Amino acid sequence: MKEDTDLREDFPILSQEVHGKPLIYLDNAATTQKPQAVIDRLSNFLSKENANIHRGVHYLSMNATTLYDEARSSVANFINAESDEEIIFVRGATEAINLVARSFCNEKLEPGDEILITEMEHHANIVPWQLVAGENGARVIPAPITDEGEMDLDQFESLLNERTKLVAFVHVSNALGTINPAKKMVDLAHQKGIPVLLDGAQAVAHQKVDVQDLGCDFYVFSSHKIFGPDGVGVLYGRKELLNKMTPYQGGGDMIEIVSFDGTTFRPSPERFEAGTPNISGAIGLKAAIDYVNDIGWETIHEKESLLKDHAHESLEKNPSIKLVGTAENKVPVVSFTIDSAHPHDIATILDTKGIAVRAGHHCTQPLMKRLGLSATTRASLSFYNTIDEINQLTEALKEISALFES
Amino acid sequence: MEDLSDLYQEIILSHNKRPRNGEPLIPCTHQADGFNPLCGDKLTVYVRKPDDLVDEISCDTEGCAISRASGSIMTTLVQGKKISEIETLIEETKALLTGDEEPEIDLVQHGDMAALIGVRKFPARIKCATLAWHALESALKGEVDATTE
Repeated sequence: MKEDTDLREDFPILSQEVHGKPLIYLDNAATTQKPQAVIDRLSNFLSKENANIHRGVHYLSMNATTLYDEARSSVANFINAESDEEIIFVRGATEAINLVARSFCNEKLEPGDEILITEMEHHANIVPWQLVAGENGARVIPAPITDEGEMDLDQFESLLNERTKLVAFVHVSNALGTINPAKKMVDLAHQKGIPVLLDGAQAVAHQKVDVQDLGCDFYVFSSHKIFGPDGVGVLYGRKELLNKMTPYQGGGDMIEIVSFDGTTFRPSPERFEAGTPNISGAIGLKAAIDYVNDIGWETIHEKESLLKDHAHESLEKNPSIKLVGTAENKVPVVSFTIDSAHPHDIATILDTKGIAVRAGHHCTQPLMKRLGLSATTRASLSFYNTIDEINQLTEALKEISALFES
Repeated sequence: MEDLSDLYQEIILSHNKRPRNGEPLIPCTHQADGFNPLCGDKLTVYVRKPDDLVDEISCDTEGCAISRASGSIMTTLVQGKKISEIETLIEETKALLTGDEEPEIDLVQHGDMAALIGVRKFPARIKCATLAWHALESALKGEVDATTE
């Protein structure tokens, strides 16, 4: 295990200045920064190991194929999938959800059917379902949340019915930080025989994910939100479901035999990986997973829970600040509003101080509407952030609220 | 906050807090909505123009300080002007906020809009400053909506 004092130094981008001030990067829910180990792995692959996979009989191609397969195994172990064949590399969480909407739901849905989601979903876990539901005369139903940003489990349960063909919900909310009681929700759906997809985009960087323990049928996440490269992500699906699904895209590598009379398809994962995949991305993701495993969840939890508590306590002391999302069980994502100052003004002023935050609706417009807000400012933390950075945020917000209230 | 003196100065903060002509103007002869899908700024420009002269104008904005101040300042500049003058003003304001060349400020001509040129340093925010002006243009053309996209 690494000494945690070294951790910040693993991320070269964090040592730079922005607008003449040391960078304070608090936009980790948008994307995480990359440790040197990931940068080196990508660089080494591209400079010494690059080749296409599954095609060549030459050394580099066979080696790249092995590396790509190892990346798949690494992901399978990381989320405790039963087998490597349950891991499909895609472009990101969004594509994984679209894949399930097309290849799993499209055939199943009939007029009057329902897909149950929640009020706290990211647009990526709303729009693909709306598209496929719309084409089939089905409907997307949002399960309500409380004002604190937690699921109302009684209402969730009461919305599960014989018309519900899939339940899809966010494991951890990007806008609120809420960690949903996923296992309990999966159980409730399974009691009625309904399959479940979990959007884990915001979960994987903060906690151990065990898909078998959760019991979900599909789990999706993006590499770039867990210190890996962008442009690659993962769809986990239970094998018996995947091999019954229609292919998502057609092309090379996903076929058994192609003729002009018809084509037969390979089983998962190749069935869903048409064309040359993001080979370097998958290998970079493995390096990111190795890095996280090397630090260990215990260290990550310890650091992140200190940062989260300090951020909440510090911001709550400012009477102008209203926290948005105060669930009991949260990752270190702190959304807030200041009555006198619009989130975009707050974010612009913070930027001039070198502090990077996100302002806006966070791709959760229905959630903002539910909470009666147009936008929030969001500081999303990672283990490499520091107490001092939070203190600087707190001070800057004091100045901002004073400026706009003057 | 010396870095901010260019953008969040008193003029802007004052227009943000108390927008001039910020209430809906009903009835009106021309009206258009402005929407910036990127950040969610929403506004409506109302114009009363019985002839070639804008008698009254208002801009009702839900959004950031930059979009609110820009709309408020716009109404003060446009009120009582002829359409041909307003068309020139719209072009000049766009050049002021987005033009390639560093603008020369004419305080008589530009009035409080001069306070908004600080936005040029913040590319992500320029559309907040131009939104009301796009909506004004649409309203005068008889279009209903303007977006920044």
